[in-house]
Amino acid sequence: MIPLSHTLILGAVLFSIGVLGVFIRRNAIVIFMCIELMLNAVNLTFIAIAKSLNSLDGQIIVFFVMTVAAAEAAIGLAIILALFRNRETVNVDEVNLMRW
Amino acid sequence: MAEYIWLVPLFPLIGVVINGLLGIRFPKKVIGPIACLAILGSFLVSLAIFLETLPLPESARLIEKTFFPWIVAGEFTVHVGFLIDPLSLVMMLTVSGVSFIIHIYSIGYMHGDPGYRRYFVYLNLFVFFMLTLVSASSFLLMFVGWEGVGLCSYLLIGFWYERKAPADAGKKAFIVNRIGDYGFLLAMLLIFTTFGTLDFLPIFKEAPLRFESGSFTITVMTLLLFVGACGKSAQIPLYVWLPDAMEGPTPVSALIHAATMVTAGVYMVARCSPLYNLAPFSLEVVAVIGACTAFYAATIGLLQNDIKRVLAYSTISQLGYMFLGCGVGAYTAGIFHLMTHAFFKALLFLGAGSVMHAMAGELDMRKMGGLRDKLPKTHVTFLIATLAIAGIFPFAGFFSKDEILWEALQKNTILCAIGAISALLTAFYMFRAVFLTFYGEPRIDPHIHPHESPSVMTTPLIILAILSVIGGWVGLPLIKGGNRIKEFLAPVLIHGEEVVSHNAGSEITMMLVSMGIAVIGIIIAYNFYLKNPKLPNQLAERFKGLYTLIYNKYFIDELYNNLFVQPMKEGSNLLWLSFDDKVIDGMVNGAGNIVRSASGTIRRIQTGSLQNYALYILFGVVVIILYLLR
Repeated sequence: MIPLSHTLILGAVLFSIGVLGVFIRRNAIVIFMCIELMLNAVNLTFIAIAKSLNSLDGQIIVFFVMTVAAAEAAIGLAIILALFRNRETVNVDEVNLMRW
Repeated sequence: MAEYIWLVPLFPLIGVVINGLLGIRFPKKVIGPIACLAILGSFLVSLAIFLETLPLPESARLIEKTFFPWIVAGEFTVHVGFLIDPLSLVMMLTVSGVSFIIHIYSIGYMHGDPGYRRYFVYLNLFVFFMLTLVSASSFLLMFVGWEGVGLCSYLLIGFWYERKAPADAGKKAFIVNRIGDYGFLLAMLLIFTTFGTLDFLPIFKEAPLRFESGSFTITVMTLLLFVGACGKSAQIPLYVWLPDAMEGPTPVSALIHAATMVTAGVYMVARCSPLYNLAPFSLEVVAVIGACTAFYAATIGLLQNDIKRVLAYSTISQLGYMFLGCGVGAYTAGIFHLMTHAFFKALLFLGAGSVMHAMAGELDMRKMGGLRDKLPKTHVTFLIATLAIAGIFPFAGFFSKDEILWEALQKNTILCAIGAISALLTAFYMFRAVFLTFYGEPRIDPHIHPHESPSVMTTPLIILAILSVIGGWVGLPLIKGGNRIKEFLAPVLIHGEEVVSHNAGSEITMMLVSMGIAVIGIIIAYNFYLKNPKLPNQLAERFKGLYTLIYNKYFIDELYNNLFVQPMKEGSNLLWLSFDDKVIDGMVNGAGNIVRSASGTIRRIQTGSLQNYALYILFGVVVIILYLLR
């Protein structure tokens, strides 16, 4: 039996990697993947706690999260595709028109 | 008839509405008669009221008609109401009568003017305000008329506003009058705080009961009122606007700046006689200012070459006489002179207008002369008016002027002497004007062919000439019951102190003296300007300093300009360039600049880079978590 703390630490590490990736990477697709990573880290945390509490609530929420993540992936990829068509780049530093 | 008193000021207002609002398509033939009829209506109503009150006993002649509340604020109420008493009746009759004659004259005089309709609208509006002024039953309504006539005076002086001189003269008149009005306003506020009302009758009733003679409050009140009178009636030191007011059309000068509006100050002092009787010091001030103005303006009149300016200075001088009369407590004499003056001064101005008409606008008397044969009617009527103003028996001016001098003699010999010398000067400069204009060798520009004015202009002259002859007969001295105007006015204008000695012998002496003075003045003028025309120039050479001083009107305009106007201008410029430009604009622009620079700094946060925003969100989340974990 893996102790709860291990799973939680793993979830936290994965989430932090995701956050770090969102901040420091410049490629839109990589940032997108990092967001997915954060979502799944949260999913892992939900599952672990649901298991330890003997409750189904967490697992149900995970399904919701996965659904939302799937929808987000579809829309997000579409946006990135449109962006590339327009600007020939997926580097977020070059996409800063919404400024003063 | 007295309940129809509201018709008196209303008729001219109807004229204004008809001609002003609807008259844009009316032909000239309609506009003039409408304006004249409006004034005639006022005159007839005043006359009817006058005839109705005349047989009544003295106490019943004072009728106050209140129509509707105008301002109601707590305990303070002002009604639109009119006061009918001998004083206001005399004023109403004089104002509407003289106005009517001048309106008719104007039809001829203004005939070719493009502003014909505007002229009659202004003129009717003026009469409306003037009649409101003289018939009002409270200080506030009187003030409405007071300000209104000031406005109309401004509009009519600047009637030919395309030219700079009339426009400037209009502004000058308005601004100088404002100073006087300020005094009137302060006096009104003081009256209100003292008596709690602005109606004439309660104030005049209460004043002698509450205040002793010479009390400080009443003295201040009356002096402030006199400041107002000085402005409107062109007394020292506020007389400077009146000579410049001659830039307006001549009938306007006749009506507003000679016969009616400028007498408003005299009327106001007479109206407030119950207050003035409680303030001997104020009365002294009024008398001294009046006498000084009479003399001072007469000296300036000696050397003016513009015929209208001579008349303007003579107006100031005669107004000084009226104030002298009021100041020595002889209000009836002052009002009597006001009435006769209205007749002969209106006539003089209209005569001057007729001369101008004949001379194609020429006003310089040095370029006239010998017009007697060319303008017979104008000549005769002008001569009658001149005899009247000079104080020759039995013309109107003799009786009123003599009465003022006689009353002044009872009070103060020096004031009387100043008045007598001024009478000499008056006779001299008026006959100088007559001789230069109508007699002697013609000095007329050969291109001008003088011609007599049309009868629409000469008929008013003749009517006024008749009035100038007989107008004084309502105040015959000596004969018992002969001085009807004095008896008529007596209930309203209580004499300060009744003159004790009414010695017929000394009064006859006084009359002979004043006649003699006038005759001497005429003889000197004859010697100077007809018999020996070189004499004036020789004298001017001899007394060059004095001549220059008087010729330039004592440099008072220049003095005022340097003392008040220029510093005001400089000060305003200084404030504009230093305070307004730097401080006010600096503050406004500074506020703008602060916002702009602050936002310029802050907007750099909005980089457009998503990752920066995410970083801020992370930072915020961390702060919130730290706060919750605290």
